[in-house]
Amino acid sequence: MIDILIKNLPIIVVLCPLMTSLLVVLIPNIFFSWVLTTLSTFLTFLFSILLYQEIQIHSHISYALGKWMPPIGIEYIIDKVAIIPVIIISGISFIATIFAYKIMPEEIEKKSISKVYSLWLLAIAGLLGLVTTGDAFNLFVFLEISSLASVALVAMGAHKDRQALVAAYNYLIIGAVGATLYVIGVGLLYGITGTLNMADLTNRISDLNNNRALIAGFGFMIIGIMVKAAVFPLHIWLPRAYAYAPSAVSVLLAATATKASLYILARILFSIFENSENLINNTLLFVILPLSLLAMFAGTIMAIYEKDIKRLLAHSSVAQIGYITLAFAIGTKASMAAGFIHMFNHAIIKGGLFIAITSIGFYIKKRVTINNLSGLGREMPITFFCFVICSLSLAGLPLTAGFISKLYLIKASISSDDIWIAILILISSALSVVYLWKIIEVMWMHDGRKIAIKENPTIYVSLIIITFLNIYFGLDASLVVNGSFDAADKLIGDLK
Amino acid sequence: MISSTVGIWNYWIVFCLMMIGLFLVIGRKNFLKKIVGLTIFQTSVFLLYITFGKIKGGTPPILNESINTIYSNPLPHVLILTAIVVGVATTALGLSLVLRINSEYGSIEEDDVSAQDLVDYHDDIETGKKLDLKFKK
Repeated sequence: MIDILIKNLPIIVVLCPLMTSLLVVLIPNIFFSWVLTTLSTFLTFLFSILLYQEIQIHSHISYALGKWMPPIGIEYIIDKVAIIPVIIISGISFIATIFAYKIMPEEIEKKSISKVYSLWLLAIAGLLGLVTTGDAFNLFVFLEISSLASVALVAMGAHKDRQALVAAYNYLIIGAVGATLYVIGVGLLYGITGTLNMADLTNRISDLNNNRALIAGFGFMIIGIMVKAAVFPLHIWLPRAYAYAPSAVSVLLAATATKASLYILARILFSIFENSENLINNTLLFVILPLSLLAMFAGTIMAIYEKDIKRLLAHSSVAQIGYITLAFAIGTKASMAAGFIHMFNHAIIKGGLFIAITSIGFYIKKRVTINNLSGLGREMPITFFCFVICSLSLAGLPLTAGFISKLYLIKASISSDDIWIAILILISSALSVVYLWKIIEVMWMHDGRKIAIKENPTIYVSLIIITFLNIYFGLDASLVVNGSFDAADKLIGDLK
Repeated sequence: MISSTVGIWNYWIVFCLMMIGLFLVIGRKNFLKKIVGLTIFQTSVFLLYITFGKIKGGTPPILNESINTIYSNPLPHVLILTAIVVGVATTALGLSLVLRINSEYGSIEEDDVSAQDLVDYHDDIETGKKLDLKFKK
C-alpha cells in the first residue's frame, strides 16, 4: 500500500488537490468545505514532504503517466530543483487555507464559498502540475488551469470592491497573451525537433546551433513565461490583481503564483537550452540582467509612493522578483543557489506580510491605506509584532530569513566580480526600509482613534506560524541553503 | 520566388491573423473587442500547429501494412484540440467578466472604467468610507 503510494507520489501531489476541488464544489456547508480543503492541502503538503525524502535517496524521479514511456508519453519529473517550488507551493497553500477560514466568509457571498474553495484547490493543483511536469505542452495546460482559476479567484473580490473585476480582466487578457506566446514557442520547437518532452528537447536542440526557428521559439517561450512571472516591464497585471483579490487569495497568489513561473523560467534557461550557450549568455546579459536591475528599483520606488498597503506590498513583490531573476542572470552556481534561497524566503516573507495586512483589514473593516492605520499597532500587538518581524525579514536584517537570502545574493555577486551589482542590491534593500518604516511609523507612533480590537486566534495562528518560519530559517538556514545548492548543482551541473 | 511565397501561404495567413489579433488586444479600448482580438490571436496559433502537421499528399494517419503511404502527423491536431478547449474557457471567463464590469460600471469602455476606478482609488485613500458601507451591506 505504502509502496504504491511512494511509487506514484509525483502524480498524487497534483491529483490530490485536483480531485478534491471537484468534491468540494458539492458541499454547500461553509465549515465542511473548509475542512475538506484544509485536509486536502495538508495531505498535499505531507506528500511533498514524503517526496522530499524520496529525492534525498534517488535524486531524480521520473514518472511515466499511464505507463506511456517518455519521450512519447507525458513524463513527470521531480528532481532536486523541482522539489523546492513543490514544497513552497504546498506548504504556503496549507498555511493560507488555515488563514482563509475566518476571513473568507467575511468577504465573499456565503452561497459561493464552496465554489471559491474549489477554484482555490484548482489553482494549487495547476501550480503544482506546472512545476512537476516534464512535457512542454502539458506545462501550457497547467499554466492555463492555474491562471484561469486565479483570475476567477481575483474576480471574487468584486463583492467587496468592484475594482477587482477590472484587475481580474487585465490579469486574464495579459496572462492569456503570455500563455499563447509560450504555445507559439513550443510549436516552433516542435516543428524543428518533433518532440515535446523537455529532456528529449534538450538533446535534439544541441545539434541545431544557430537555427533561426530555434531562436524565435526560445524568444517566444521566454517572453510568455516572463509575463506569467511578472518580470519587470511585463508586471502591470500584478499590483492590481493582488491588491483587489479577496484577502486569502492575495496571500496564496503573492506567495506562490510567480514562484512557479520563475522556476519554469530557470528551467527553460538552464535546462532545456543548456546546450545553446551563446544564446543563453546573451539573453542573460542583455535581457534578464538589465530588466532585473530596473525591477529592483522601479518596484521599490513605486512602493515608496504607494498609499494603498496591499498595492504597496504587490509593488514590493515586483522588486523581489527582480532579485530572483538577477540571481539567475549572474548565472554562476552560487548565484543560482541564492536565487532559489530567495525564492523560498520571499514566499514566507510576503505570505506573512499579506496575512498581517489583510487581517488588519479584517478588524478595521476597511480598505487598508496608510491613512487609516494610525495607532493600530497598539490595539493589535500580536499582528503588529509579526508584521514588524516580517518587514525586518524583507529588508534583510540579521536573524531573519531575508538576511540569509541577501547574504548569499551579495556573496554570489562579489565572487563573480560584479561588485557594482552587490552595491545596487544594498541600495535597493536600503530603499525598501523606507516604505516598510512608513507603515510601522504610522502604526506605532501616530495616535489614532481608539477602537477596541480583540484579536482572533483563528486569524493570527497562521500569522504566527509563518513568522516563526521567518525567524527559524534566519537562525538555521542549513535546510534551505543545502537544498538550493543541490538544485543549482543539478541545473548548472559541470557547465560552469 | 512566387512558388515559395504561395508554398508558405498558410504561414502568411497565420502571420496576418496573429498581428490582427495582437493589434486588437493592444489597440482597442473596448473590453469586448479585446476579447475578440484575443480569440483571433489564439486561432492563428491553432492554424500554425495544424500547418506543421500537414504533409502535401499526406493521408489520415491509419496504420496499414498493405499500403505504404505518407501520412500527416496527428499529434499537432491533438494538441490543438486541447488548446481550443483552453481558448474556449478563456473566452467564456473573459466574457463573463465583461458582463460583470458592465453591470457594475455601466460601461465597457476602458476610458470610462479607469476614470471611475481613479475616483474609487482616491476615495479609498482619503476616507476609506466607501468600503465601510459595502461591508455593512
